[in-house]
Amino acid sequence: MATMNRRDLIGSLLGGTTLAIYGCSRSENVKIQGSLLGPDVQTGHRLRDQGFIPPRIDQWREVSVVIVGGGIAGLSAAWRLKRSGFEEFQLLELESTMGGTSRCDSSGSFRYPWGAHYMTTPLPTNQNLIGFLKEMGIIVGVAQDGTPIVAEEYLCREPEERIFVDGQWHEGLFPEAIAKERDLKQFAEFNQEIKIWASKKDALGKRPFDLPIANGSEDEQAQSLDRLSMLDWLTSHGWDSPILRWYVDYACRDDYGLTIDQTSAWAGILYFAARLKHQEDSTQDVITWPSGNGQVVEYLSDQVKENLRSRFLVAKIRPCDQITRDASCEVVGLDVDGQTWVGYRAKRIIFAAPQFVAQRVIEGFRNGVSDSSMPFRYSWWLVANVHLSDRPIEMGFPLSWDNVFYDSKSLGYVVSTHQSGIDHGPCVWTWYYPFADTHPTFTREQLLNIPWSDWVEVVLTDLQRAHPKIRDLVTKIDIFRWGHAMVQPYTGFLWSKTRIDASKPDRNVHFANTDLSGVALLEEAFYHGLRAADEVLDALTHRPHTHLRSETQD
Amino acid sequence: MLNRAPLFLLYLNVLVIAVCGLIYELLAGTIASYMLGDSVTQFSLVIGTYLSAMGVGAWLSRYIERNLAQSFVEIELALAFLGGFSAPVLFLAFPFVEWFRPLLLGMVFAVGVFVGLELPLLMRILKEHLDFSDLVSNVLAFDYVGALIASILFPLIFVPYLGLVRTSLVFGILNACVGLWSTFLLRPLLRPHHLWSLRLRSLMVLGLLIAGFLQAEKLTKLGEESSLGGKIVHAVSSPYQRIAFTSKRGGFQLFLNGHLQFNSTDEYRYHEALVHPAMIGLDAPQRVLVMGGGDGLAVREILKYPSVREIVLVDLDPAVTDLSKSFPPLLALNKSSLLDERVCVINQDAFVWINQATEPFDAVIIDFPDPGSFSIGKLYTTHFFRKLRNKIHTKSLISIQCTSPLVAPRSYWCIIRTLEEAGYQVKPFHASVPTFGVWGYALACQSEMTLDERRLPVPSDLRFLNTNNLSNLFTLPQDIRPLSPEINRLDNQALVRYYDEEWHGYDESP
Repeated sequence: MATMNRRDLIGSLLGGTTLAIYGCSRSENVKIQGSLLGPDVQTGHRLRDQGFIPPRIDQWREVSVVIVGGGIAGLSAAWRLKRSGFEEFQLLELESTMGGTSRCDSSGSFRYPWGAHYMTTPLPTNQNLIGFLKEMGIIVGVAQDGTPIVAEEYLCREPEERIFVDGQWHEGLFPEAIAKERDLKQFAEFNQEIKIWASKKDALGKRPFDLPIANGSEDEQAQSLDRLSMLDWLTSHGWDSPILRWYVDYACRDDYGLTIDQTSAWAGILYFAARLKHQEDSTQDVITWPSGNGQVVEYLSDQVKENLRSRFLVAKIRPCDQITRDASCEVVGLDVDGQTWVGYRAKRIIFAAPQFVAQRVIEGFRNGVSDSSMPFRYSWWLVANVHLSDRPIEMGFPLSWDNVFYDSKSLGYVVSTHQSGIDHGPCVWTWYYPFADTHPTFTREQLLNIPWSDWVEVVLTDLQRAHPKIRDLVTKIDIFRWGHAMVQPYTGFLWSKTRIDASKPDRNVHFANTDLSGVALLEEAFYHGLRAADEVLDALTHRPHTHLRSETQD
Repeated sequence: MLNRAPLFLLYLNVLVIAVCGLIYELLAGTIASYMLGDSVTQFSLVIGTYLSAMGVGAWLSRYIERNLAQSFVEIELALAFLGGFSAPVLFLAFPFVEWFRPLLLGMVFAVGVFVGLELPLLMRILKEHLDFSDLVSNVLAFDYVGALIASILFPLIFVPYLGLVRTSLVFGILNACVGLWSTFLLRPLLRPHHLWSLRLRSLMVLGLLIAGFLQAEKLTKLGEESSLGGKIVHAVSSPYQRIAFTSKRGGFQLFLNGHLQFNSTDEYRYHEALVHPAMIGLDAPQRVLVMGGGDGLAVREILKYPSVREIVLVDLDPAVTDLSKSFPPLLALNKSSLLDERVCVINQDAFVWINQATEPFDAVIIDFPDPGSFSIGKLYTTHFFRKLRNKIHTKSLISIQCTSPLVAPRSYWCIIRTLEEAGYQVKPFHASVPTFGVWGYALACQSEMTLDERRLPVPSDLRFLNTNNLSNLFTLPQDIRPLSPEINRLDNQALVRYYDEEWHGYDESP
């Protein structure tokens, strides 16, 4: 495999023009510390050995329900079981920390995310999530129109967003500073079209674009948009403004890790429309924490802490072909630290890991029948936490929560200290870079072989667009590589049979993960966690069929 | 004679001339963008003016018929002087002149005319001595190479490492060197009695520019002084802000980031009104919290009450509180208040400090700077005022400065309404401070206040307030009518936007 040099890497990831920035700043970053992090790839890739069979089982255990995976979906399922008075379950997680792509980290007094870092205030239709956020103390009341009231300290503090364009920082995300009349006109038309979709309702009052997606209406006209790319959809409306396209492309890369021409138009519209209140122009307020969605992970973990087991590699799941109430299935895996093989016999399994893992560990997964034309695909992401000894001195609109570079393929950075109200001195910036689909220049193996020092150059070169002297302030850069961070809602995938059928149980295995929705969002992970927990509760307790109804009195 | 001079030296001259010319143009464009914003427009105007002026210069060159070499050297010197001092002059002029843009473009035009004269003259001088086609191709080639060098080095080296003022002066010096050097290079073409006059003038221009370069730091300060409107007697930069003391008309003034905080001649009016209405409404207040007010002047007023046992002062910047404890004029003004053993100074962002548990305070004096930025605006939010309720008891009184109700009525009433939203009873009041004009304050309490209930006598050593005029402060005149603007919350920072709109164009605010 050919090795690549730093210039190629930077030029390819950030664009050729950044080489000038890189070229004039090539000081060795001797004082910058940091390390290269990532999910437990070595252990995880042991699963890739086909026909992997544990040598022996040191210990067998019995439990009613096993939850595989400790991300938002698995933890939400566990929380739902526990709140329903059901405690005979065990949650197994490969990593040492819970949270999956919502995990967070801390250093000194700073807390910062490694992945998902915000959610939008749920609309009144998402009663399950509203109920949960009330329990967590995030939502403190309900307005007369049913809109939840979020405690002020959890709403994203102003200034929320700024964009570096034309050599200056400007408020907001849409680059108005360089927009001409035609761009603004198309932007207004675009917003109007989104508003039309957001206001559309069926006979039952359901909207085509809602969160969770399953709460939405079955609108064939809307769903046919899935067969178009977001770019095609813009073109079909005659919107050719490069600035509007950049804005929409940014949204696609930010939420899905896909470019505008790869993203399904249905998913692209969802990003905008599902956040609009009915008949209103304003988007739902952003809820965030210094640790990002890690705050939700910590709360959920704390509620079910007796039932969690980390550093456990699930190697094999053997479902039972008879789906009776007491039939048991087996989950076999390795206690990574103790190097002992443990087997669980359970009545039901909630598989809360992504679908690509399901194919590898579940024996006879879906009878070996899989539709390879519309596979589940995931994006590669790079996240860096940049520790600064102080803030750079700058002109223009001040440092905000979200800071975006117009010309970059990166998503810019989020200031984790912003929400704590700390406006002076040391801070941590979380920088995000999505690799849209398989990157044309580099293979995953090549990316895995890139050393920390080269990634640091990529991050610093990107930041230098707006902060020429940033190197003097950086004390530490940790880099996290996500191999399969987000499911990709590519054209045609969202309303494909593959995606829709993936939520159905396979024998006594129930599925819960955000990828079942085709988009990676906390709202979806939470929904699937609750849905799977309800399926299991129904099966084990013969309780009336309660899941999927809209529980307004929750 | 002339053709014996090494050719590359001639071309080096062309190169330096080209670099200098473009640097002056880039400087003007950058300064225009910094000062006036909208960089696309500014750069377009500067480039257009410069190029057209070069055309004018080239056209004018035909009217110089004799003494070409001497004219060339004189143009170099004029250019060195004008271009070299362009950035300092523009920086100094900005605070004073309303016609900044015409001044800037005028300078660009003049520089452009001189640059436009240079090459035609030089080529005419040399055409007698060199092959004309070689001459044209080489001169133009070096001219364009010079432009390239300038445009690359300007953003990467000169602006970051020298700054605009020094860059301007350095290229003026280079330009003057070319002038001086040309008197040697073109000596055969110069009349002997002109030669020494030219060299003398070259040295004078060079000397002025070098002096300017050595004093660049002071020039920057002069620019600041002119914008602060007084003589700077002491100035320091802390990690948080630029702190400057000026002296004017028998008093001294404190500026933070160019915003006036107090004037020693009338600050007593401001601070008496801020502190005493709250203090006399209380029964023997013992613990007092001051937020902001690192100058120690509010604390000076609080110490006039013998019942006070402890004052906690929370101010972000240790540089300010240190000055209050050590800078003699300020020590004299605040009567060494921060050195009093009852005072405890905490240097922390009040937004962070407010989360720490403390014993409740009887009185709270809020003397934050005006909400001119998001990092200060957060201290006037419902969130912050609600957190403050954990620091007081139900009868505690809070006094807060709320900017000018005349200049910024929506900002003023936004603070009042935000306090009410956070659960306080609020009484707005005002006082007249000559330096600031009519100033706005508010008194807040978690329970109902009656202003007639004065538990303490007004201290006898006040200069502004007495028992009779105190209640007048709470009678609002006709032009301070209540408004109901948006509530200031962390997630909208409505106050900062009001403040920005209302104070736009005003400079003097605490």
